[in-house]
Amino acid sequence: MSFIPGQPVTAVVQRIEILKLRDGDNLILGFSIGGGIDQDPSQNPFSEDKADKGIYVTRVSEGGPAEVAGLRVGDKIMQVNGWDMTMVTHDQARKRLTKKKEDVVRLLISRKSLEEVVRQSMMQR
Amino acid sequence: MCFPALFSMASAFSSPPSLCVSLSCSERSSRDRHKPHSRDSSSRSDKNVTISATSVQPQQPDQSSAPTDAQDDNWGETTTAVTGTSDHSLSQEDLAGFGKDTEGPVEKLNCIRFLPLALTLLLGLLVLVTPLSFLILPQLMWPERLQTCGTACEGLFLSLAFKLLILLLAGWALFMRPTRASLPRIAVFRALLGLLTLLLLLSYWLFFGVRILDSQDDNYQGIVQFAVSLVDALLFIHYLAVVLLEIRHLQPCFSLCVVRSTDGETHHYNMGQLSIQRAALVILEHYYKDFTVHNPALLTAAKSRAAKHLAGLKVYNVDGAGSDAATAQSRAKMAAAARQRDTSHNELYYEEAEHDRRVRKRKARLVVAVEEAFTHVRRLQDEEKKKPPGDEMDPREAAQAIFPSMARALQKYLRTTRQQHCHSMDSIQAHLAFCITNNMTPKAFLESYLTAGPTLQYGRESSQTRHWTLVSEASVTSPLRNGSEFQLKSSDFSLVVTSKTIPHLKLSEEYVHPKSHKFVLQLQSETSV
Repeated sequence: MSFIPGQPVTAVVQRIEILKLRDGDNLILGFSIGGGIDQDPSQNPFSEDKADKGIYVTRVSEGGPAEVAGLRVGDKIMQVNGWDMTMVTHDQARKRLTKKKEDVVRLLISRKSLEEVVRQSMMQR
Repeated sequence: MCFPALFSMASAFSSPPSLCVSLSCSERSSRDRHKPHSRDSSSRSDKNVTISATSVQPQQPDQSSAPTDAQDDNWGETTTAVTGTSDHSLSQEDLAGFGKDTEGPVEKLNCIRFLPLALTLLLGLLVLVTPLSFLILPQLMWPERLQTCGTACEGLFLSLAFKLLILLLAGWALFMRPTRASLPRIAVFRALLGLLTLLLLLSYWLFFGVRILDSQDDNYQGIVQFAVSLVDALLFIHYLAVVLLEIRHLQPCFSLCVVRSTDGETHHYNMGQLSIQRAALVILEHYYKDFTVHNPALLTAAKSRAAKHLAGLKVYNVDGAGSDAATAQSRAKMAAAARQRDTSHNELYYEEAEHDRRVRKRKARLVVAVEEAFTHVRRLQDEEKKKPPGDEMDPREAAQAIFPSMARALQKYLRTTRQQHCHSMDSIQAHLAFCITNNMTPKAFLESYLTAGPTLQYGRESSQTRHWTLVSEASVTSPLRNGSEFQLKSSDFSLVVTSKTIPHLKLSEEYVHPKSHKFVLQLQSETSV
């Protein structure tokens, strides 16, 4: 999941579609994010590369929409509804996820285990 | 007048004060060196191979002891005399010196010590007289032919007078100081300066004699200018003297490590480029101030242990006296000692623990006794002085009055820490009176007994150590170098000195703009969406 500056990022991603749950006036997704270009990347427990300032899923609430949709702790969110999440501040990421007009968020997330699976399947071939 | 003063010459007072001392020292070196009154450091450069009995004292371990006594069964009991330097033994030289202690050498000593001062004064007189004689002689010898002295010439008189006065004062300040020590060899710089001054004076006299007296020059202003130029040259020699004798060695470039041989007390000193004998002098001055007083009583424990190590072994030469008996015996002893299961470390540990406990107990008793004693004495206030309460005492009597209550505790403490020979009853009472006079607390009074102070504090009791011997492989007038070693021997112990150059430092600069200190906050926030 490391990137070369200036080159397009290539990653194996999984598409996850989360339906927002309406709780009173709020729309909740059921997970917490951490990271961002204004944050300290060395504190991130989930990233391989400790200089990776991407947005990571730090917590998934049990039974929430995110868990149902297949989101796991430690996933890196690459895109939200088409918006890039690899070079955003923490607050921008939050805003993109919590737009009141959207009921559904389609995330592209990347995970280490995904890469391994793909590699293994390619090797087996 | 066109005398090219190639060397900048300074004052003529720079006679070598130790020049004659060194000559006499070479005479004295053949006689005894045991002078309790003077602080000498006679050199013993090993090139001269003057070995006195003191230097023969074995610093090696006890193995090479009395090999010829191998046949004597009783030698094991007498090994204490062999273990290293025994403090109270007297060398042959000391014994020889006892007889002629105070009579003959002392008088000669006084005369010789004043010889450098006399030389300095002589040179100074010469310096004073020469310019004045340059001025006066033409007036005496051919007054009628001499041109009258105009204003410029008289102005020169004024400048000559002041310069001469300054020269005299400067010479007095630099050279008329009481010599604090006698060095074994001549001080090279002083000798050189004295020679330079003499050379200058001689050449000026020569010029004066040949060009002025013989030809009876009538240009008096020129003569006065000649005299003024001489005084200028002498002032420059004085400047050279100041730079060479005082300033050059101020910049530190060596770090000397001084270790006392008996108890290992170590101090480090920084000093500049000095000859070995002058460095030794500086070290000795620091010694009296920094090193705690040498207490031979503290070393007896180590000696008794060493004696015990050896006393248990006796070597019998079974095969008859062989030629290499000594080395064979010592090796045998070493091997046997190594094989022996030694429990002396155990004894040492418990003994030291016991000793510490005892010292602390006595110290506690002493502190309490002293504090109580001090409460009995109170300073008389001013208003009380008008109506005296009866028996008012001066500090000495007050000290004598309260001393008995603490005397016993103090004596026991001093005995436990083996300091009792350093402090006499009188000195303790004098110190007590001193503390009372100066409103000191009991703690302040006790401090000088609880910690060993520097040697100078203890007065004239250890007057034997005023005489030091400088032992060095290099010549003592050679300058200090990196790695040079020498020893300063006293009667009881010696100071071993090693030198190291202070490393050359490279200092580089890093500029920090005052506005360049900027900070950002690093947050790790987690938002739930």
